[in-house]
This record gives sequence, structure tokens and C-alpha cells, in this order.
Amino acid sequence: MYIKRRDFIQIGSLATSTLLVPNFLKAFEQPKMLPPGNKVVVVIQFSGGNDGLNTVIPYRNDVYYRERPGLGIKRQDALRLNDDAGLHPALTHLKDLHDNGNLAILNNVGYPNPDRSHFRSMDIWQSASASNEIVQSGWLGRYLDAMCHGCDKPTQALELDDTLSLALKGEQSNGLAFKSARNLYGSSQEKFFREISASHQHHEESPVDYLYKTMAETISSADYIFKQSKLHPTNKQYPNSQLGQSLKTIASLIFSEINTKVYYVSLGSFDTHIQQESKQKRLFEELNDALKSFTEDLSENHRMEDVLVFSFSEFGRRVAQNASGGTDHGTANNMFFINGNLKQKGFLNEMPDLNNLQDGDLQHSVDFKSVYATILKNWLGVDDKKILNGNFKPLSFI
Amino acid sequence: MVASNALHNQHLLWRSGFGPQAEDISLIYATNSKQLFKKIYAASSAAPSPLLVSESVFPLTVKVIQNLSSYAKMDREERSKLLQESRDAIKKLNLLWLNEMTHSQAQLREKMAFFWHGHFATRENNIIYQQQLLEIIRRDGLSDFGTLLRGVSKSASMLAFLNNQQNRKSHPNENFAREVMELFTIGRGNYTEQDVKESARAFTGWGFKVNGEFVSRPNFHDAGTKIIFGKTGNFTGDDVINMLLEKKETAFFITQKILKNFVNDSVSTEEVHRFSDKFYQSGYKIDALMEDIFTSSWFYEKKNIGVKIKSPIELIVGIRRFLPIEFENEEVQLLYQRLLGQVLFYPPNVAGWPGGKSWIDSSTLMYRLKIPRMLHDNSDDATAPKQDDDVMMGQMEEKRKRNVAGKVNVTINWKAVLSRFDNTSRHQLPEKLVKEVLLSGNADISKMTAFADSSSKSAYIQTAIIALMSTPEYQLM
Repeated sequence: MYIKRRDFIQIGSLATSTLLVPNFLKAFEQPKMLPPGNKVVVVIQFSGGNDGLNTVIPYRNDVYYRERPGLGIKRQDALRLNDDAGLHPALTHLKDLHDNGNLAILNNVGYPNPDRSHFRSMDIWQSASASNEIVQSGWLGRYLDAMCHGCDKPTQALELDDTLSLALKGEQSNGLAFKSARNLYGSSQEKFFREISASHQHHEESPVDYLYKTMAETISSADYIFKQSKLHPTNKQYPNSQLGQSLKTIASLIFSEINTKVYYVSLGSFDTHIQQESKQKRLFEELNDALKSFTEDLSENHRMEDVLVFSFSEFGRRVAQNASGGTDHGTANNMFFINGNLKQKGFLNEMPDLNNLQDGDLQHSVDFKSVYATILKNWLGVDDKKILNGNFKPLSFI
Repeated sequence: MVASNALHNQHLLWRSGFGPQAEDISLIYATNSKQLFKKIYAASSAAPSPLLVSESVFPLTVKVIQNLSSYAKMDREERSKLLQESRDAIKKLNLLWLNEMTHSQAQLREKMAFFWHGHFATRENNIIYQQQLLEIIRRDGLSDFGTLLRGVSKSASMLAFLNNQQNRKSHPNENFAREVMELFTIGRGNYTEQDVKESARAFTGWGFKVNGEFVSRPNFHDAGTKIIFGKTGNFTGDDVINMLLEKKETAFFITQKILKNFVNDSVSTEEVHRFSDKFYQSGYKIDALMEDIFTSSWFYEKKNIGVKIKSPIELIVGIRRFLPIEFENEEVQLLYQRLLGQVLFYPPNVAGWPGGKSWIDSSTLMYRLKIPRMLHDNSDDATAPKQDDDVMMGQMEEKRKRNVAGKVNVTINWKAVLSRFDNTSRHQLPEKLVKEVLLSGNADISKMTAFADSSSKSAYIQTAIIALMSTPEYQLM
């Protein structure tokens, strides 16, 4: 026995429920175009703790080769950036970006009293909390809270994934997660959903209201995103990898002038306790190829100046290799910044000091919250102190 | 009083198990929750028989286990076949367990094992090791926590996942020692980095044979003096586990997690202490703790009913228990798990699934709402996500073809469902359906049932149930 779709459509009392469509749905009928020059951020999360020392290789450092007799990347294999450092051999496009002045590298980023557990350190990074405090919202979610007070639009921060990261969960607002704009739109089209959503009477803060709110936001956002994604779809070839396809979707949305300010993608797992060499290489190949298409696409569309791509990982790894052809959880790490209008290019600070370790780990010299402050204040133009709940000195590379 | 009894019984069935099964419905009205819990408890008292995937599914794995040197002779292709057959076998184990959750009378045991599955989370692609760990958490999940913890800590799946096989005197690997403290016992804030480093030394040498059997390798063990929790001695891994069990913080940590999982996402410190002190004094008897919880008046307070968001597994199994479903292609359930963010044997990390509101984002919510109708329509719904969403296996390099589960091909045994309503008059139906499907005392009945097809009684019941299951309210238990 089948239930036909029309059976789900109420015949009587709810037939007039289109009158109950929330105002913000109507607002989307005439999406406001943002002026050219709209600055956006693309966050690439290296999940699992990427080994920074085999990413930006200190190939003049004897300590590096002494501590990594098997795992260290040989000087002749690294892609030369300057006399002191080179990139992992798979990151050929990042070298090109560097040589063209579109890449900045920040070394020794971390936080005091580093935590070596994945989920905890990832929570610290995503929530922008101190090591000893638990914060249940993400820094980009709180950016949404600040930017989007009462605007019911979760499209300002989009994550290309099946579930939403803590980073995009605010205290009031959430970002929106999806992998395909078409699927998201398709599943929100049902009349049944639209009508039960529209007829829900909001009573109080309870789990069911949270669910209804999410539903209403999804329906309106899905319309908006799908419409935008079809405005100027990119023609560029992207690799068929997950990251490649995600960046392709992001490019199409950037060209559409959707109101999105933040895009979030993840790559992993970089948790290379064993067989690091092959694992990291494979992931870097995926990263390199996807970024190549993406940045070329941005350049061809004159958007390299408007888009800031940055990468981070929840921690770096131990300086010394372990006995299993890998590295264990460490602390401070490097970050990449890609943009067509960097105020400072190449290396932004000193290389890691391998002679000044703490318990075998690198010591951080830049708090990652300073990086967030830089992005919030200098790039997104918002009050970083409120979002980060503290005063962190911004850097000046953007 | 009867109404509230029925609600309490529904609440108990959802929390101590995976919701009411067809046969339970009459029980809901006929008994009180104390008696019902006795029945539930008794049904889970016997030791379960292990869930085992037929060895014919993983011949290469069997070959390697019988003769380790055969692995060395395998070429690249055969090794990748070995990995693939093991992954496929784990899928079968997933479905086997899902069926057990659906049909087993030992609901409390399976629910408890499901909780431990998230607590002792591992992602290992070896079918043998996963079967062994599953057997431990199903067998000892209701015994005492010490037995369970020792069993899990010495399982190949956990030792492999947390790299203790590589934890050697010459090169300590802290992964295992850290997670045992942080996630399995005392929790953060109750140990120092020094305790982790020294405990890692105590666990050096713990490993497993290729068949999964635990082995303590003296050559790799650091027998030197360690200082752990302020005590000095040449401690072993067993000593560390005993020290952790001696700490009341372990009882608090475990009780808190159980209360959050089984009762309410937010519980107060006092509420935890009410149960954890007794749990500690009982020698960590898990069945006694669960009895304490499910027979307490606190558990039945209004604030604790219908406030938990079902996990994807609870949602899927809950639907199957209420609606007898036959799958022609069982793997469609793997697709649901994948899309909703919870695949058995593939937790996101060692901390397990975070649960609560984290289950819900725009895409997971919309998919949850569609599942009941896709099952009922038995159609290849164009909106069913079956594109590139390869979240399975954590294997980035693996290019999966389109999902096998394009077609749903299910049969719902409506006859069994409809017969329950033979004696229900037409005008009583809406209220009864809402009550039995939604576990909600105050759902808006007119809205919920307005979408049902009222051309006949049977059509009405079917469409109303599907509509009710397609609501945000149904996501709650």
C-alpha cells in the first residue's frame, strides 16, 4: 500500500497555512546582493593533529634530523621556500602560492597548557577557550550570534559536511551543514514539512522548539542557497575528492554573492601515530590538488583578494618520531594563510626552536586566539573581544 | 492515573530499551512501572550469546589468524582485499546487532551495551577484534564496572585503537594511558600530565596476539619505579586500573555519564551523588545502579520525560520495534546511519558520539523526518541522499560507488499494527495514536493527525502513524 504524496497534504484546516509563512522566508524572495569586495573566510581544518614539522620542514636544523632519523624529510626532497625551510613535497601548489606572494605561514601557534587529547584540543580551538575552561559554543557560532542577531539566517556560516562542527555552533545561532546544495533543497521541499513547520506554535525553550526552529531555518536557507548556487556555477574542473568537491561548491557560492561570510571544511585524519609518511602524503595530495583548482578559479574570477583561506589543526606532533613510523600528539603548530592581498607574505615569524622544547614538545609563541582576533577584526570587521571573550593582540598580515 | 502510568511505562521502555514493541503496547496500560521494570530486568539477566558474523565472509582474515606468516606473503592487492572483506564483515556485524536491538527481549542489556559502545569507542577495521569487544560489552555491560573496564582495556580492539601495541619501554606511547583516565574512568581535571606519562610506562608491554588474545610482553615492559597519583612503586597496568577504580571520581564520572545518557542531558552534581556513592559502595555493580535509576521517582519526574533527542540508532531501532519491517536490502539501514551521523563501530573518535543537540543540524533533521515515509512509500525517493556522502570507514582514499541502497524495498507488516486498534473506536484513534507513537502528554493532536488519510480506518491508522513519525516530536524520547 502506498501513501501518495498528496495524502500528506492537509485537505482542510491547514490549506491556508501559507499565510503563516514566517517573515524571514519572504525576505528571501529578494535576496540582497552584497557589493563586490565582500570578504569571506574559508577555514580548512586538518583533523587529527597534523605534523607541522613535516609540513614546513626546518631542513637546516640538525635537531630535526637527529630526532627523526627515519621520518625526517630530506632537504633535497622538500620544496624550497628559503634557506631555512621547505614544504612537504606534495604541496607543490602551496609553493607556487608562496612564490607568487599569496601564501603566509605562521609558525609556533598554540595556547598555554596545551592539551594533547584530540577532542579536547579540537574543542579548545573550535570554541576559542582557554585550556582549562569548557566553552559550549564555537567562535564562528558566536560570530553568527553577533552578526545575525534575530535575523534567522544560518547561511552566514556554512560547513561543507554532514554534521555541524562546534566551531559553527553559537549560543543563539547555528551555521548550516550540507554537502550538496541540491540535496539540501530537495529534502526541504515537501509540503508536509513546510506546513507542520509553519503551523508550529513556539511556546518555550524546549527540545522540540529547538527542532522546529532548525526546521524552519533549514527550509528558508535551502531555498536561498540552492538559488544562489545556480546563479554562477563554476565551470572549472575540480578533483573528484571530497575536499575538491567541497571547494567547488564554495567557489560557486562565492561567485553568486550569497550572504555567506564563512565556509568551513575538514580534511583528515592526520592522526599519524603509525605509517605517517604515506598517510600524510595522501592527504596533502588531496589538499594540494583541491587548492590548486580553487585558487586558480578565484584568480580567474578576480576574487583572490576577497577570499582568505586558512588552515589549522588541533595540535602539532612530538618532535621525536615514535617507534612505529609515526609521531605522537604534540603541541604548537603552523598555519597557512592564502589570499591575494596579504600585507605580509611568506614567513610571518621565526621557525620553531628545536633546542627549546618542553617535555619534548614545541613551545608556542603565538596564541591561536590572536589569529582569530586578526580575522574577526581585520577581515570580518567585527568586535573580536566580545566574540573571543578576551583581549588578544591582532596580527598585521591582513 | 492510568494515563500517567502509560506515559511512565512508555518513558521506561524508551530509556531502558529501544521503545515499545508491538506486544508491549497492551502492557503499557496494564501494569505500573515498578512491575514493568522487574520484567525488563529479568529479561536481561541471562548471559547473551555472542553475535558472530559467519567466518565464510572473511576467509582471508581467518587465514592470517591461523598463520600470521601468510600475511607477509600477500601482495598489495590481496592485502587490500583483506581489509575490504573485514570492513564488509563489520557491516554485517552492524546489521546483526541492529536486529538484536530490535528483536531481543533483553532490551536493557542491549541498550547498556549500546551505551558502552559509545563509552569505549574504537574504530578498528578488524572484524575479529570488533566482535570480541562487542562480546565484552554485551556480556559484562550489566556486571561490575571493574570487570568491564579490565576486559575492554585488554581487548585487541582498544589496545590497537589506542596504539598500546606500540607502547614500549624504549618508546612509551601515551595514547592508551591518557584515554583510560580522561574518557573511561576519572575524567579530566583529576589527573596530571605526570600521571599520564608514568601510567603509560606502567602499560608498556600490553598488547595482543594476531587472534586478539591479550598478551603482556615483559621484554617491552618498563619495570622501573613510577610515581602515579602521588604513590611510588613499580606499578603494572593492572595496578593503574585498580588505582583508578579505588577513586570515587570514577564512580562519579561513570554515573554522571549514565544519567546524562539514560535520563537527562543536564543533571546536577547532587543528582549524580545520589546514585554514584551507592554505585561506588556496591563495588561498581552496574545492574544495581540501573535498577536504582529506573525505580527512582526522580526518573519519572516530568522534566525527564520526552526531553532526550533520540540518537540515530535509537531512532531506527525504535521505528522498527513499533512497525514490524522486513528489509529486502538490509544495508539501507547503514545508509541511514551514515546520513544521520552514527554508524555502529565507527564512532567519530575515542570520545564516542557527543549526543544531545549535536545530533541535530539542518541536514540530519530533515533526513530524520523523511525516513518513515521512505520506508512506507517503499520508493526510490528522488530526495534520498545517495550521492557522494562517503562518511563511512574514515577512509579518505576510498571511492565508493553509488550507495547500494538506492531502493528501499521494505515491507511493513501493517496487519500486526492494525490489529492492535481493532477495539479502538474511530473518535478515540487520534489521541491513542499520538500517545503510543509520540510519548508526549501534550502534543497538538489536531495538527499531528490532520495529514492522515481518513478514507478508511486502516488507511487512517497507517498514514497517521507515518505522519506522526515524521515530526520533530518523534525525535524525542
